[in-house]
Amino acid sequence: MLAYIVRRLLYAVPILLGVNLFTFVLFFGVNSPDDVARMQLGAKYASSDAIQRWKAERGYDKPMFYNPAGEGVRKLSDTLFVDKSLSMFALNFGQANDGHDIALEIRGRIGPSFAVALPTFVLSLFAAVTLALLLVFFRATKLDFWGVALCVVMMSISSMFYIIGGQWLVSKVWALAPVSGYAGGLDMARFLWLPVLIGVVAGLGSGARWYRTIFLEEISRDYVRTARAKGLSELATLFRHVLKNAMIPILTGVVVVIPALFFGSLLMESFFAIPGLGSYTIEAIRGQDFGVVRAMVFIGSVLYIIALILTDISYTLVDPRVRLG
Amino acid sequence: MSFQPVLLFTDLLVFILIVCTVLFASQARRHAPSREAWRRVGRQPAAMASAAILSIFVVIGFMDSLHFRPQLPPGQGESAEVQKVAYSSEVLSLLDALLTPLRTQQEKTYSAPFARESFQRETVEQADGGQARIYPRLKYGASHLEEGESRLPDIVRRLAWTPLQSLIATGALLCLLAVGVARSRGIELAVTVRHILTGRTELAWRPVLAVIFLAALLLAAGVALVPHYHVLGTDKVGQDVLYLSLKSVRTGLVIGTLTTLIMLPFAVALGIVAGYLGGWVDDAIQYLYTVLNSIPSVLLIAASVLMMQVMIDTHPQWFDTAAERADARLLALCAILGMTSWTGLCRLLRGETLKLRELDYVQAARAFGASTAQILRRHILPNVMHIVLISVALDFSSLVLAEAVLSYVGIGVDPSTVSFGSMINAARAELAREPVVWWSLASAFGFMLALVLAANLFADAVRDAFDPRRQI
Repeated sequence: MLAYIVRRLLYAVPILLGVNLFTFVLFFGVNSPDDVARMQLGAKYASSDAIQRWKAERGYDKPMFYNPAGEGVRKLSDTLFVDKSLSMFALNFGQANDGHDIALEIRGRIGPSFAVALPTFVLSLFAAVTLALLLVFFRATKLDFWGVALCVVMMSISSMFYIIGGQWLVSKVWALAPVSGYAGGLDMARFLWLPVLIGVVAGLGSGARWYRTIFLEEISRDYVRTARAKGLSELATLFRHVLKNAMIPILTGVVVVIPALFFGSLLMESFFAIPGLGSYTIEAIRGQDFGVVRAMVFIGSVLYIIALILTDISYTLVDPRVRLG
Repeated sequence: MSFQPVLLFTDLLVFILIVCTVLFASQARRHAPSREAWRRVGRQPAAMASAAILSIFVVIGFMDSLHFRPQLPPGQGESAEVQKVAYSSEVLSLLDALLTPLRTQQEKTYSAPFARESFQRETVEQADGGQARIYPRLKYGASHLEEGESRLPDIVRRLAWTPLQSLIATGALLCLLAVGVARSRGIELAVTVRHILTGRTELAWRPVLAVIFLAALLLAAGVALVPHYHVLGTDKVGQDVLYLSLKSVRTGLVIGTLTTLIMLPFAVALGIVAGYLGGWVDDAIQYLYTVLNSIPSVLLIAASVLMMQVMIDTHPQWFDTAAERADARLLALCAILGMTSWTGLCRLLRGETLKLRELDYVQAARAFGASTAQILRRHILPNVMHIVLISVALDFSSLVLAEAVLSYVGIGVDPSTVSFGSMINAARAELAREPVVWWSLASAFGFMLALVLAANLFADAVRDAFDPRRQI
């Protein structure tokens, strides 16, 4: 098991290197630092002096990959690529446009982000699986048909609608929750229950429909017939046997959901003013703070790869036949 | 009036897409299994109804893709001969021309649907010299009504004939359809009409007629009311919301379809080459898509769009008109979305090709000495096309939905391009007002729901018909 985890972590290194190189080319190759400086300074103030000063202040006045002026190993290390891109492996992200240290900012914001994303993730998985099992229980009836129809309608509605509508209805009209904001400690729940609820509802349609097809495939297996033949009730068969056996495809589906989690929390944090990574990213995008966006691409990839490894490990928990080694 | 046609990049790609679709359709007609699969789609009422809805959207989007620059009226005091023909710098589309009353009847600010007064109070001078805070009458909306005349009788009077008009239109279409079906089936015309109306034809024509009846009803009502009322209200700068919603359709369709068109060649080529050749080619392609896949797509899109914006901002000389710049941004957004979404399809195709590679007919082709390119083109590609078709259909709706989110985040279409996302974005803050300005949001979400729901239902039917695993 440990050997497997170590191996997976080692596999992650070339992928992260690829991500790193890709973002470097995207941020420094597509537009030269001069272009970026010109845009940030504004065309009016972009004299070549000002551009040089801007670059020097932020450490952009180095060659990209190879520095002939340096000595020995510094020919390779005293470059933009090492300075701005590879250093992210050491969690050194440099400074944002406003001068704050990005790494420090991220450390402070990762908590609130997880406080929204994790309950949303767990609860929507629970809700979607339960709804899917109920639909399968009533399969080939009117209830199943209209349930699936409702799911299709729900997944055709923009996630913005759930957020805007939910925030307006619950917070403004019914005044059941604060419109936006965040607090640490136990007070957190007061601010977070609405975004989490909206996240769960927004993902319910597509989730339930997806798991329903998985369960329908599972239900035509022999062991289900055996379970029924020995006199188990339909509900017990579904919740005890089918659910357990469908865990592997469910977990595989979860992998598909993880990237959507980023998307969801991005919007949710921005609308509910939760000081997490998502709202930080949106602020950076709107303020054209490229350093922060670059750091977030890297952090996002790291989190995604970790999530993938965790999913693989969870296979062993639900299916004793799977041995990682 | 003379005009100068304008061909934007996205227009060109839209036309290419249409040609591709026609070629694909003619190929599918000749090929018996795919003809049978499309028949299975056609037998489902929901699929046919959504196909009809989608075609209406496509017609709107197509009319909005025929761009031109109208000729400016001749200047004063010049004789017609010396004057050279000048064209407006504003690029219009056929849809704009058709919707001229909607486009030009601009109010000052918000007004509710069917309103006759503005949504905001204004201070006006009164006849006796004093000032008063009142809701001023709109310049165009319900401006034909007398003071104190109520709107309802007027609206009802204008709508009185619309059901009859749409019934006639639907009836005419029914006759045309019946003639076609009767000829191909060799049944009597009257019997065919009865079959269509009772829903006993093989293909589900009745829901199509129902959709067309509804569409004709809406169209007739629109023609009757639009010159006199703002049916869906106006937005912050007084633009008609119905006009904005109709303009958004093209943006949504372009993003949903062109993204796929751009990414398809890469996904298909890389996917089947990786699956068929294996070895280091496979490793390299797998590495490429694993890397791209491990960046959360919204961040990848954000980073690319930011860089694209810098590029466009630092090279203003590339574009002649504002419309061209906005169009370039739209196209770049499609390319970026395509870059992030080809990985999923590529992986599916690689897996399928791995399976196909071992099948007897591919082995036989190899034994006969067919070249790799030939095998890929003749034997592998046709047998993975169903996967391509299914994923294209399924991707469409998620792309339309993604556009709204991206525009909110600030990495969507150009601010001057009308889209569902930009409408939502502009109207979002107004929910905090009292009373609530709800109509912009409601129409953007409503149009989006109609488009995405139809696309989802149609995609489901396509998947059920083409996925061999779903056929029992």
